[in-house]
Amino acid sequence: MPGKLKVKIVAGRHLPVMDRASDLTDAFVEVKFGNTTFKTDVYLKSLNPQWNSEWFKFEVDDEDLQDEPLQITVLDHDTYSANDAIGKVYIDIDPLLYSEAATVISGWFPIYDTIHGIRGEINVVVKVDLFNDLNRFRQSSCGVKFFCTTSIPKCYRAVVIHGFVEELVVNEDPEYQWIDRIRTPRASNEARQRLISLMSGTGSGSAGKEGGPLKALLRQQTQSALEQREFPFLTLTAFPPGLLVHVGGVVSARSVKLLDRIHNPAFVGIMGNTRSYKLLDWNSFNSDEPETRDAWWAEIRQEIKSHAKALGCHAVVGYSESTSICEEVCILSASGTAAVLNPRFLQEGTVEGSLEQRIEENLPVGCGFCHIPYDELNMPFPAHLTYCYNCRKQKVPDVLFTTIDLPTDAVVVGKGCLIQARLCRLKKKAQAEANATAISNLLPFMEYEVHTQLMNKLKLKGMNALFGLRIQITVGENMLMGLASATGVYLAALPTPGGIQIAGKTPNDGSYEQHISHMQKKINDTIAKNKELYEINPPEVSEEIIGSPIPEPRQRSRLLRSQSESSDEVTELDLSHGKKDAFVLEIDDADAMEDVHSLLTDVPPPSGFYSCNTEIMPGINNWTSEIQMFTSVRVVRLSSLNLTNQALNKNFNGLCENLLKSLYFKLRSMTPCCLCHVNFTVSLPEDELIQVTVTAVAITFDKNQALQTTKAHAEKSLQRASADNEEMLQFPLELCSDSLPSHAFPAAKEHLESASSNSGTPAAQRATSVDYSSFADRCSSWIELIKLKAQTIRRGSIKTTVTVEKASPMGDGNFRNRSAPPCASSTVGVVKMTPLSFIPGAKITKYLGIINMFFIRETTSLREEGGVSGFLHAFIAEVFAMVRAHVAALGGNAVVSYIMKQCVFMENPSKNQAQCLINVSGDAVVFVRESDLEVMSAQQPAVNCQPSCTGEVTT
Amino acid sequence: MTSELDIFVGNTTLIDEDVYRLWLDGYSVNDAVALRVRSGILEQTGATAGVLQSDTMDHYRTFHMLERLLHAPPKLLHQLIFQIPPSRQALLIERYYTFDEAFVREVLGKKLSKGTKKDLDDISTKTGITLKSCRRQFDNFKRVFKVVEEMRGSLVDNIQQHFLLSDRLARDYAAIVFFANNRFETGKKKLQYLSFGDFAFCAELMIQNWTLGAVGEAPTDPDSQMDDMDVDLDKEFLQDLKELKVLVADKDLLDLHKSLVCTVLRGKLSVFSEMETNFKNLSRGLVNVAAKLTHNKDVRDLFVDLVEKFVEPCRSDHWPLSDVRLFLTQYSVSVHSLDGFRHQVLWDRYMGTLRGCLLRLYHD
Repeated sequence: MPGKLKVKIVAGRHLPVMDRASDLTDAFVEVKFGNTTFKTDVYLKSLNPQWNSEWFKFEVDDEDLQDEPLQITVLDHDTYSANDAIGKVYIDIDPLLYSEAATVISGWFPIYDTIHGIRGEINVVVKVDLFNDLNRFRQSSCGVKFFCTTSIPKCYRAVVIHGFVEELVVNEDPEYQWIDRIRTPRASNEARQRLISLMSGTGSGSAGKEGGPLKALLRQQTQSALEQREFPFLTLTAFPPGLLVHVGGVVSARSVKLLDRIHNPAFVGIMGNTRSYKLLDWNSFNSDEPETRDAWWAEIRQEIKSHAKALGCHAVVGYSESTSICEEVCILSASGTAAVLNPRFLQEGTVEGSLEQRIEENLPVGCGFCHIPYDELNMPFPAHLTYCYNCRKQKVPDVLFTTIDLPTDAVVVGKGCLIQARLCRLKKKAQAEANATAISNLLPFMEYEVHTQLMNKLKLKGMNALFGLRIQITVGENMLMGLASATGVYLAALPTPGGIQIAGKTPNDGSYEQHISHMQKKINDTIAKNKELYEINPPEVSEEIIGSPIPEPRQRSRLLRSQSESSDEVTELDLSHGKKDAFVLEIDDADAMEDVHSLLTDVPPPSGFYSCNTEIMPGINNWTSEIQMFTSVRVVRLSSLNLTNQALNKNFNGLCENLLKSLYFKLRSMTPCCLCHVNFTVSLPEDELIQVTVTAVAITFDKNQALQTTKAHAEKSLQRASADNEEMLQFPLELCSDSLPSHAFPAAKEHLESASSNSGTPAAQRATSVDYSSFADRCSSWIELIKLKAQTIRRGSIKTTVTVEKASPMGDGNFRNRSAPPCASSTVGVVKMTPLSFIPGAKITKYLGIINMFFIRETTSLREEGGVSGFLHAFIAEVFAMVRAHVAALGGNAVVSYIMKQCVFMENPSKNQAQCLINVSGDAVVFVRESDLEVMSAQQPAVNCQPSCTGEVTT
Repeated sequence: MTSELDIFVGNTTLIDEDVYRLWLDGYSVNDAVALRVRSGILEQTGATAGVLQSDTMDHYRTFHMLERLLHAPPKLLHQLIFQIPPSRQALLIERYYTFDEAFVREVLGKKLSKGTKKDLDDISTKTGITLKSCRRQFDNFKRVFKVVEEMRGSLVDNIQQHFLLSDRLARDYAAIVFFANNRFETGKKKLQYLSFGDFAFCAELMIQNWTLGAVGEAPTDPDSQMDDMDVDLDKEFLQDLKELKVLVADKDLLDLHKSLVCTVLRGKLSVFSEMETNFKNLSRGLVNVAAKLTHNKDVRDLFVDLVEKFVEPCRSDHWPLSDVRLFLTQYSVSVHSLDGFRHQVLWDRYMGTLRGCLLRLYHD
């Protein structure tokens, strides 16, 4: 669908002085889109030019509209020499392509230069007129929405779940040319920035990483996505009520691969090392051999799939893939949670017949997902099962590990907490094949130890389940690092965890015995203290009611994983730890001692603080509105070359603990508060350097209400769940019914085979009496379906717009004004940022589009900019500022599901240089404070409090 | 294991008021950490020294980045890099421009030039204020001075508009600018007993009454008129003050003036006889000060003269403040009854302000 892009350059402010003689600047602007460039007049001698240009009009195809960013360059006019660039602004116009999102982009954008950072601001207005050509529309993916959120956005509802979508795109990294100094650094940086953003535009799917799973896209879909049709891989971590039936456990797979540097200059993921940059995004690619990489991932997914099957599950949720590259060795990792999804949401035929029987008709609320999905007589591994402590009807495992968020209806005792397992292992420096082999050999031990540590720490906290588990294995020149983060909780449905028993092997030594018992006491004390701290006091249950546990070999692990290296050799680990009640730790060697010590050195957060890496903290429901999103980066240099594993572990442990302590200290004024979505990323940029990046959000909560009993919590969450349900039903039916006629839209039969897997109906819709399964049947191609959907959105939007206006008489502009505190002279509105999918105390009324930005910053005057810390501090602050400015220009007042996907930092202090590449993304939204909403609904009693249901869903 | 890089960046910029104060006071990171440790923060929060060090560094870095913006406060409001709630922005600005009493007394009335800047070392040693803090305060004075010296309109309003300071602080800066511009001597030993507040009070009165702006109308030809409305004293007025000399030069007038004052004040002053004997000296002093104001040098010495010619004589005779007030009131009012004196308006403009100043200056 072609369209007309219109751009107006209004004014600039705070421009840098470009002419030393006059202390002023003669600025003009170049506006470039595709191959067309327009220029404004030169505004002489001013740091605050008022160009007030005409409307520059670009007539373009929609492919360009989606792929290309609008490029605005501010220059200083020079009569005698070349014009000097002041800086650039890239504007992604994608959000303007959905009629129900933003209609205009207008505001002040920071002018960014890769060498100097932000240099003033420019006021730009951008509009798009799309020609509604229905025929062309069919080839278009205009209107397919992408979300960063890994749950279904609040004001949308899933109609159909299509499955995992991915797209691989490849390009040469211009950095290689830069290395050769063919171009100036600035030109190179800009070329890279542009290229990366272009690549991500083309492959916006990126479903594997953070991209919207439900909502993906694609003009060209790759084989692998089609292959997944039997087996939904979902990146969702939170689910609409009723979708998630059972959870099997974590499934993961890793594979070590050698990258052939000569033939494949572009890699997967963005990584750097001392010698050169390798660019890559794994949805980026080199057209030469995409098949190879497709095959690698296909292999891994196949493995995940078989693990999930072994757990009796037909789906993998909370799925993610990642890579770690060092030199030519690459570790591909994938992990997810095996699960059984409600077939009513999925297309028939997706779910194997045998599974159907396992799905109970009336799911017990709050514990159903804990019930084992596999056959207890035919278990894939030895497990310790008991009857569910909640409903007493079904079997549950003793410990549950998952990568998803805690389901909203889960019954939890007490509060949760962040649990981390940290591990370093030295590795000999090696090249190529030998290196890959060394890494492959280390991986199983790393996994095992990380798992053991997690289990120990979980027991020490007196909890029995982990959510949001994320295990990151990073490979460096001479070491491997493993960091696992998860949120521990006590699920009421699972049995009380046993304690930790310490056993020594030399029982006759008196002093040793004493030492052991001393240690044992310390551990017992810690467990007791933790139970108190996290308010874990489950109701006593007598054994008779529950029935005796099934007498079977027991084990603690739900974790199935495997490693494979290039040779495809697969190693299965038996992670069962054998003993019955208490978890036994034998402390014979130094390693075990170390383990016990590290268990005890983890300091709990200071009072008033809680932390978790999931969206919300289990056990806290009464959030207040103050939020503070932050990014913290630390790089430490290991002191000695002759490090031992123990010393390394201690250092790494200390680094993480100190980082957490620093965060608690910095945010102390916000207490009582909770650090949510704590996301640690470890990288090993150089031999002796460890870089840890943390992004999280601190949210305040009301302490008084937090002291409510657990029962109240459970009730509350139930109420909340049902309230959510009701809200969903209030979705304007017009829109749904409107899509019915569109079924008749001629569907392309040749895609028939792919359709079956990719559609389904949500529970909420059953109530609408619209038969969506037949809808899905009739719609034979998922691509067609998306198009229909897109069209529906467009058509439906007219109606829903009316709804919106009725419901929000104040208009978006007013909301924005409201959220910005009244400050007579300041024109800068507040934009909130959060890695969560929601904003506490507020309702998201509109999704304006995805924000996905790449920045490169370089300096050749590192010392003058305050050293590495000063340089990176300023850069990250600038990145935040640019994200906020783009959101504000779209008319939004917040970014949700914000994530810093990459932060690659490199320095060369001897040359006084440093360079950093950052990729951030999130969803731009408009939110309204709940208190404001109440005022509004009071004014407009006829309208229910869901003014935001504008959209339909996308997949 | 050494930390190469350690940063924390919040979407809302974190401002720690205590650390900000330490930074403003010019302490190095290490000194600031030591001071924070001494404040007992480690015990309160359970943090370690390392955490404190890292936190302090972070804040210092933030302040360093903000400093450029604080030099032109409106920029702080419009910039996009740091998201800071308006109340915090106001706090940052206000604190940045706040100065130490001890420092301002050293610099008040001095030319804000490089030469004075070189003396900052000595001032730092003398006052115990760190050199860094002295520099900031001096640079603030100079920056405000540069921005408003050529500007028309109310001095306080101009300062407020360009530096977004509170009313109180803007008034103080107005005094500093006014003193710096007129180079009033404030450093003499006999003036040491006076506080900045005393001078600021006088400055305000003088700005209100003795400058061009005080006349209430713009000069007829703005282009030729080089004097600034509020910053410079009204030259014409100073010239006219010579006319007051007749009050002491004309013996009859002086005697008449004295008798008028004495008649009214008899029995009302505890120091009546001292007043009676000193009347002529005091009157000569006050009128001569006025007559001399045509010379820049004498303008500079205004406060020295006032203290020498009036405050000290009265103080040595132990005049209570209430008597000084009564005397000055009667002294000014009585002139209206002097038939031969034609400069009543001029006298009131001069004495009204001088009376206010003298009362403020009259203390131990």
